Amino acid sequence: MENTLITKYLLKHPSVLIFIGLLAFFTISVVILAEGFGLGLISTSFVKTLGKTLSLCIIAIAMDLVWGFCGILSLGHFAFFALGGYMIGMWLMYARTKLIILDAAQNLALPLTQTEISQAVGTQIFGVVGGAKIPVIWAVADLFWVQLALVILVPGLLALVFGWLAFRSRVNGVYLSILTQAMTLALALYLFQNDSGLRGNNGLSGLQNIPGYDTVPQALISVWFFIASATALGLVYLVAHGVVSSKLGNIIRGIRDNEARVRFLGYNVESYKLFVFVFSAVIAAIAGALYYPQAGIINPAELAPIASIYLAVWVAIGGRGRLYGAVIGAAFVSLLSSYFTSGQAPDIPLGFATLRWTEWWLVLLGLSFVVVTLYAPKGIGGLVDHFNRNKDS
Amino acid sequence: MAHILHVDNISVAFDGFKAINSLSFDIDSSELRAIIGPNGAGKTTFMDIVTGKTKPDSGDVRWGDKGVSLLRRTEAQIAQLGIGRKFQKPTIFENQSVYDNLLMALANNRNPFSVLCYKRNQKDTNRIEALAKQINLLDEMSGMAGKLSHGQKQWLEIGMLLAQDPKLLLVDEPAAGMTAPERAVTVTLLKELARTRAVVVVEHDMEFIRQLQCRITVLHEGAVLAEGQIDFVMQDQDVIDVYLGR
Repeated sequence: MENTLITKYLLKHPSVLIFIGLLAFFTISVVILAEGFGLGLISTSFVKTLGKTLSLCIIAIAMDLVWGFCGILSLGHFAFFALGGYMIGMWLMYARTKLIILDAAQNLALPLTQTEISQAVGTQIFGVVGGAKIPVIWAVADLFWVQLALVILVPGLLALVFGWLAFRSRVNGVYLSILTQAMTLALALYLFQNDSGLRGNNGLSGLQNIPGYDTVPQALISVWFFIASATALGLVYLVAHGVVSSKLGNIIRGIRDNEARVRFLGYNVESYKLFVFVFSAVIAAIAGALYYPQAGIINPAELAPIASIYLAVWVAIGGRGRLYGAVIGAAFVSLLSSYFTSGQAPDIPLGFATLRWTEWWLVLLGLSFVVVTLYAPKGIGGLVDHFNRNKDS
Repeated sequence: MAHILHVDNISVAFDGFKAINSLSFDIDSSELRAIIGPNGAGKTTFMDIVTGKTKPDSGDVRWGDKGVSLLRRTEAQIAQLGIGRKFQKPTIFENQSVYDNLLMALANNRNPFSVLCYKRNQKDTNRIEALAKQINLLDEMSGMAGKLSHGQKQWLEIGMLLAQDPKLLLVDEPAAGMTAPERAVTVTLLKELARTRAVVVVEHDMEFIRQLQCRITVLHEGAVLAEGQIDFVMQDQDVIDVYLGR
């Protein structure tokens, strides 16, 4: 029953079928070629890069939902992304530190008491910010399922409160964008403080180690996370597509194009915006919870306002208002970005000067953003329309 | 006959300019009413107040038999009570199909979660098809609304208003940019609509209003200057001075 429903849906929307097919093909190919699993043609660090890229594609879908479909230019989505990362990072760090301490204490005559364990964990984790006490917000850090729920609940609640205040006051357009920038900046500044309870500018580290799986090589763990990211991307794509092709999708596109008209049709525009904003924040948080275990480290610099602006650039270049456009943009631009900024791209000698890509990449990115905005507002995804039209005629 | 809308002594000023000045009048539950007046007489501001876009400084607007005040309600709530508004420029959703435009307007639960879970059903499809037939767009149903001609867009917007099934219809300059035959059809349609609901038409065009053959309210400087049938109003010396004489 379930199966036939999904099959029917996929047949009705061939673009989803093509997307899922390509994603599955890509995932299987990478797994076969990966170092930790198959032929060893793709290095572990590149598998991690690909896995991280897939997580970035997920947050790009979130951005497209809120901006491309509902017209809310949020420039603070990395706040939700990073909060999701912090929530899973707390469990990863706490549980692993505790295991290491228990391991080391095995030779002792007397087993450690609960207080001693928590003191030792506190010293290990918070010694770097000059404390040994475990902050209140870490009270449930040892409980995996609770912390996993918090990945969704904490960013979701932040989005709910922020969105409710902003949309209720009818803050729109560029003012809302500035407000979202302020939100992510304020959160970053707060997290930079040592007494924020999340280790200040040190952030959380060692996240690539999964508690209880210390014997499993990173080469294999990287493949697990790659598969998890790909699965999550596929599911998020399906759900997001379901939302935008429902009647609610019509309403939010209507809000994007003419908010006042939707209001006069009798729809409470604010609750629709709030729904989309919170939904997309939760997707961003899930993406973050998948990204940071692959990155290994998270710190408040991840919430810098510029990160969320890049996100908007990816979606614009990929083509907003269509989900695959957001995915193409995020994958394409973030991979190019890591290629050019990691020093792999060869410098170009021009005689009078040398063109260094690490410096000029940003110029190129900015330029392509301007060109896309002016001459190809549909982005790379617009090419698909072009091919379809040529095929028809 | 029972009043559906009771405008009671409302005033509103923008930066000291009195757009509406102690305006009072009533609309019956199934009448066609035309509102005319020179530019700046307060016609659009009046519509904004009734639909909840602008809040008056003083006075009250009451709705229906129970006389509930509209002032503390949002645009969406007022629309759900049964007040539909047709804008001067056709405002339809150009990037969506004619069918989807009508579906969005169709009187149904407006709550986000029930909208999310909405499934197309035969009953609604029948209603939409009947509407599309009425506004002559049955063949354009799956096409983008933006591809329609200007006149067709006007029809689609009227269709969307009908789909909302409002008890009071506010129509802003329906004849603007229409050819003579299109105007004639519009007159017939507005008259027909007014049989089952109240219709308020705001219009500049005297000839068009004459064709409507209805009660006329003349606004001037935010207040009622004269009210009555067209011949009565046109003989009023005040009306001739401020409006018709020019």
